[in-house]
Amino acid sequence: MNNQASSRTPAGTRVPGTWQRRLRIVSSVLGLTGLLASLPLVDSAHAQAWEPTRTVEFIVPAGTGGGADQMARLIQGIIQKNGLMKQPIIVVNKGGGAGAEGFLEIKGAKGDPHKIVITLSNLFTTALSTATFDWTEFTPVTMMALDQFVLWVNAKNNAKTAKEFLEQVRAGGGKMRMGGTGARQEDQIITVSIERATGVKFIYIPFKGGGEVATQLVGGHVDATVNNPIEAVAQWRAGALKPLCVFDDERMPYKARLTESMSWNDVPTCREAGVPTDYVMLRGIFMPGGVTPAQRDYYAGVMRRVRETPEWKKFIEDGAFNPSALEGDAFVKWLTRTKEEHRGLMKEAGWVTK
Amino acid sequence: MDELQSLMHGFAVALTLQNVLLMFLGIVLGVLIGVLPGLGGANGIAILLPLTFTMSPTSAIIMLSCIYWGALFGGAITSILFNIPGEPWSVATTFDGHPMAQQGRAGEALTAAFTGSFIGAFFAVVMITFLAPLVAEFALKFGPPEYFAVYLLAFCSFVGMGKGSPWKTIAAMMLGFGLAAVGMDTVTGQLRLTFGSTELLRGVDFLVVVIGLFGIGEILLTMEEGLEFKGRSAKINARVVFQTWAQLPKFWATSLRACLIGCWMGVTPGGATPASFMSYGVAKQISKNGHNFGKGEMEGVVAPETAAHAAGTAALLPMLALGIPGSPTAAVLLGGLLIWGLQPGPLLFVEQKDFVWGLIASMYLGNIVGLIVVLTTVPLFAAILRIPFSIIAPVIIVVCAIGAYTVNNAMLDVWLMMLFGVVGYVFKKLDYPMAPMVLALVLGDRAEDSFRQSMLMSQGSVSILWSNWLVGGISTAALLLLLWPFISALRERRRRVVL
Repeated sequence: MNNQASSRTPAGTRVPGTWQRRLRIVSSVLGLTGLLASLPLVDSAHAQAWEPTRTVEFIVPAGTGGGADQMARLIQGIIQKNGLMKQPIIVVNKGGGAGAEGFLEIKGAKGDPHKIVITLSNLFTTALSTATFDWTEFTPVTMMALDQFVLWVNAKNNAKTAKEFLEQVRAGGGKMRMGGTGARQEDQIITVSIERATGVKFIYIPFKGGGEVATQLVGGHVDATVNNPIEAVAQWRAGALKPLCVFDDERMPYKARLTESMSWNDVPTCREAGVPTDYVMLRGIFMPGGVTPAQRDYYAGVMRRVRETPEWKKFIEDGAFNPSALEGDAFVKWLTRTKEEHRGLMKEAGWVTK
Repeated sequence: MDELQSLMHGFAVALTLQNVLLMFLGIVLGVLIGVLPGLGGANGIAILLPLTFTMSPTSAIIMLSCIYWGALFGGAITSILFNIPGEPWSVATTFDGHPMAQQGRAGEALTAAFTGSFIGAFFAVVMITFLAPLVAEFALKFGPPEYFAVYLLAFCSFVGMGKGSPWKTIAAMMLGFGLAAVGMDTVTGQLRLTFGSTELLRGVDFLVVVIGLFGIGEILLTMEEGLEFKGRSAKINARVVFQTWAQLPKFWATSLRACLIGCWMGVTPGGATPASFMSYGVAKQISKNGHNFGKGEMEGVVAPETAAHAAGTAALLPMLALGIPGSPTAAVLLGGLLIWGLQPGPLLFVEQKDFVWGLIASMYLGNIVGLIVVLTTVPLFAAILRIPFSIIAPVIIVVCAIGAYTVNNAMLDVWLMMLFGVVGYVFKKLDYPMAPMVLALVLGDRAEDSFRQSMLMSQGSVSILWSNWLVGGISTAALLLLLWPFISALRERRRRVVL
């Protein structure tokens, strides 16, 4: 999160053509390193020359069509379109057991540099609730972005702020319904956090996917959701839903008007709105444990170049992601802290005992 | 007629030479994907999606949706010929389609299936063209209680299936529910029936079970009965298409019901699979020939195929208009929309006219192209049955194994398929019905989820299933259908007493 500014683009660079030029510079620089690497004199540079020797499997620990799946397929598309890897990369969905299936495959593939995995919050939640794996058993490659959560209500609801809505919930006496994706995953964690921070009570109703949750809110079958921006933006623009606050410590940076009067940037943070809760979801890339630093650096490099492409920038802006990108020690530090936060939240909710 | 004008504009967008070629390519690929069990439309489109990133969004969606139509058509082929459903929604097609093939009427069955599919799809596209906003509005009325009522209706309309002992039907259905419960529970997030195995975390996939039960089970039975396909003597000639068409008009009532059921299930994300089962069940109960269903009745092929294709097509409407996919394949297409920079949702129809109407126009064209492609191949596919069993059986087993593996890229699924092959054989020998088990497996966890979501909403009161006219109407219809055999039996008895 501290790295936000570095990966955000000044508006001026978004001229078509500049990107290709920059890409060309980047690739020629990389080409140069490659050349250097081939010199037998430089041992450490030699290690950097690792490249995949066969097809790379890109595991998605979730089903098709969800947020992680979309991002993985976009990355695959960008890599293919721009020729960022010589070997093909294929996306494989292993979403069983809230993602445990995919993570356990990575855990079992120790030392295999031809498998990478994209994560969502289940890197922590599923790990803690099933106790079958832990992120420290994997090799962190890079954070691609952080996904935001927004408190949504139906546009017909007369609450104008998060505070007013919570007053309704309080007055409803614990009968108001919060819809979310999955049980004991990020959406329910946020719900419990709101309850703890403000003392209100919701009935939490789990559904299978984010799109379904947003539709249930449009249809009035639940009273609120904490959908990711991309899952609900269409309904917001059509005037069916309205955002009350975003669960991050800063407002979303995107100022392009989406409705007649509002941009993402006009949505207050929940803290500002009087609901002291925040939560962001990791979209990161990991490898199995036991791979060499050179192998990790190869994928970190590829992903860096993915983040430089205009397609990626557009995706990040459309989905109103927090464009943070961390690597190396900073990423490890972030992971350590975030896991402890999850453990704390889940322990207080009574979902894990240790 | 605003829509007509937009549609004409759409035809202008869709009818470029390149797009028509892409349509043919998409249909052929789709039929192949549909024929291979396991490699479903969703997987097929997911694999091919990256290829379309360089095309314009309109061309890309035309090709991908044609793959989808092709897969819908193709699923029927192996169901009829070998009793192996290529896609989940073709399971109900096997009930009468395969007996027809065994009687040497494979060509008729295929023609009926394809034509039914076409009619269903056409009905749904016309609905999308003229009623999109209304229908989208209707879809929003469905919350968890409504979903549960729909699933209940699907179960109840199917109860009449069991001809043998009702206890055997119940046993088979319970086994299906048990299998559906394996894996992670959506409502509590806890693992069930996985016995500590990581492979079982993802649950037992419906397709794997179906491939085993029907495909491998059928091979085992055929081996016992003398290593020969009964359909071998099938007469094959090109006129079979026209001969079959002459018989189809008399099923108009069944077709209309199937179209309506299909559109309804497609719009409210029940999807093509429940639609096909429900349509088959309803046709069996209402049709005059109902008692012959399961023995090779053409009406029993038309009903599920028409409904499945209507549902498959209608499922695209909520995806476009609301951004919620009505089927797994629609979910992958939705991902594609986002990658091409289109935002599905209510404004898509306003902001991306070219794209939306181009797609709708391509639905008309794609289905016509599809019908031409598959009908010309009817004699070809029917001829497969002339190949000696000793050659085709190993091929089928290999294709089944590949199919089972492809579903989740897992070896365990291949072993499960073998296991269910034996189960299928035993079921047949002991006269247990397979259909209730399959239905419970495919709808069991969704029905359970929506029931428990409803109970959370109502804090444990079943009255939520009668809380408004919509859910109340569906629930009552379901109970009536469930009790129908008893009611008609009672009436029969009373009549006899009077006489």
